[in-house]
Amino acid sequence: MDLFLPESGLVIWMLIAFGIVFLILAKAGWPMIMGAVDKRNKHIADSLHAAEEANASLADIEKRSKEILAETQAEQIKILKESQDMKTQIVEEAKAQARLEAEKIVADARLRIEKEQAEAMDKVKDEVVALSVSIAEKLLQRELDDKQAQSDYIEQLIKNNNRIEA
Amino acid sequence: MNKVIKYCSLIALLTLSLVGISFGQDAVAAPEPESQPIEAEKEGSKGFDAKSFIFSHTGDSYCFHITEIKGEPICVWLPVIVKSKEQGWCVFSSKHVCELKEGETYRNFFIQPMDAEFKPGKLVEINQAGEIVRPFDISFTKNAFGVFFCCAFLLAFFLPAARKYKKDPMAQPTKYQGMIEWLTSMVLDGIIKPSIQGDKYKKFAPYLLTVFFFIFFNNLFGLIPFFPFGANVTGNLSITLVLALITYFFVNAFGTKHYWKDILWPDVPIFLKAIPLMPIIELISTITKPFALMIRLFANILAGHIIIMVLMALIFIIGGMYGAGMGGAMAIISIFMSIFMTALEMLVAYIQAYVFTMLSAIFIGLAQEEPETKAIKTTK
Repeated sequence: MDLFLPESGLVIWMLIAFGIVFLILAKAGWPMIMGAVDKRNKHIADSLHAAEEANASLADIEKRSKEILAETQAEQIKILKESQDMKTQIVEEAKAQARLEAEKIVADARLRIEKEQAEAMDKVKDEVVALSVSIAEKLLQRELDDKQAQSDYIEQLIKNNNRIEA
Repeated sequence: MNKVIKYCSLIALLTLSLVGISFGQDAVAAPEPESQPIEAEKEGSKGFDAKSFIFSHTGDSYCFHITEIKGEPICVWLPVIVKSKEQGWCVFSSKHVCELKEGETYRNFFIQPMDAEFKPGKLVEINQAGEIVRPFDISFTKNAFGVFFCCAFLLAFFLPAARKYKKDPMAQPTKYQGMIEWLTSMVLDGIIKPSIQGDKYKKFAPYLLTVFFFIFFNNLFGLIPFFPFGANVTGNLSITLVLALITYFFVNAFGTKHYWKDILWPDVPIFLKAIPLMPIIELISTITKPFALMIRLFANILAGHIIIMVLMALIFIIGGMYGAGMGGAMAIISIFMSIFMTALEMLVAYIQAYVFTMLSAIFIGLAQEEPETKAIKTTK
C-alpha cells in the first residue's frame, strides 16, 4: 500500500525544513532559554542561600548582643556590690579610726588628768607642808604660854594631820 | 421533526465543509433539493467511495483544498516540481493537474485517481511508449507546506523569547516568556534530564526539544481542519522516517566506546561472538529502535485522523443506505463522536510527542553510558 511508502520529495523537504529549524533553534533558541532559566535558578538559589546566611548571622548578632547585655549587667551588679563593699569597708575603717582616735584622746585625757592630779597632790602636799610648818610655827609660839593646852593642841593637830594623810 | 433533521443536516454540512470534503449526494438531497443536480452530476452513479474519501484526506495532496462552493473547489495551489526522464525538470502550479478531467493530461502529467492500481493519488506521467511512469517528484505538497508552516511557527514562537533572554537574562519574565519557560522546562526536566545522565544532556537537548515541539505542534495543527492547518504531517511515514533517522544518527554518532563495545563485543560466552551472532542481533536492535519510533508515531496519528474521517464518512454511508433522515441522525452522532475523538487526539498529540522524545532521549542516554555507571547499576 502506498500509504506505507515514504515519498522522496517529502523526505527531502522535511530534511531541509527540520534541519534549518533545528540549526537555528540550536544556535539561537534553546541555549538562550535554557541558559537564562538555569541562570535564574542559580540566582534564586544563591539569593536564598545568602538570605539564610544573613538570617544566621543576624541570629548570631542577636545572641552576641544578648551576651554582651548579660555581661554588662553582671558587671554592673559586680561594680555595685564592690562599691557597697567599699563603702562598708570605708565606714568600718572610719569607725575604727574614730574609735582609735577617741581612745587615744581618752588616754591622753586620762594621762593629763593623772598628771594634773599628781600635780594637785603635790600642791596639796606642799600646802600641807606649809600648813604644818605654819601650825608648827604657831605651836612653837603658843608653847611658851600653856603647857597643857600645848599638848592638847599637838594631839589635835596630829589627828588632823593623820586624817589628811589618810 | 422534519425541521430538526434539516437543522441537524445543516450543522453537519457546515462542519463537513470546514473539513473540506465533497458532499455526499444522498445526505444533501432531501434538505436542499436545489443542490441535487450538481452533486449528482459530480458524483455520478458511483455512490459514496469511503476509501478514497478517507485516504485522500489523510494522505498527501498536491493542492491545499479549503472548501468547495457549488462544485467549484477552492484550493491553495502548491507548486509541482518533478523531473521526468523525457522532459527533465518541470515546475508548474498544481492547478493544471488538479483540475484535469478524466483522460486529460497536462504536459503528459496527470494525477492518478484514488482507486487506481499504480500510485493512487500521485502525479504520474505517460511516456512516449504510452506507459504510466512515476517521475522523480519533489513537489511542494500539502505536507511539505505543513512542515514548513510548523517550522516557521516554531521559529516565530521560540526565537522572540530567546532574544528577550539574550538581551537581559535576569529581567522579570513576561507571561509569554513564562509560557516558553514552562514548555521548555517541562520537556527538559520531565524527559531529557532523567534520561541522559550528567551534564551530557546539554549536547542533545536542542535536538530533543526541537523534535518534541515539532511533533507536538504538527499533531495539534493536524487536528485543525482548515487552511493553513490540517495537513496530516506526523501521520505521514516520510516525516516520521526522517525524524527516526535523525534520532538514529544522534544515538549512534555520539555513542561512547562502551556502547559500541556492548554492541560489537558484548559480555556473552565466546561462541556467541565468534560466529557474530550477538553483534548481528545488537546491530539489528539499533535499527529496530528508531524503526519502532517511526511506525509508532505514524500509526497513532494516522489512526486518529482515519477515525475522524470514518466518522464523517459514516454520515454519507448511512445516508446512502437508509436515506437522508438516517444520514442526518448519523450526523449528530458522528459530530459528537468526532468532538470526543478530537479531544482524545489532543491527548494523543501530547502523548505521542512525549513518547517519541522520551524514547529518543532514553536511546541517546543508553548510548552515552560509561562503564563505571553501569557497574554501579548492576551492583544495586
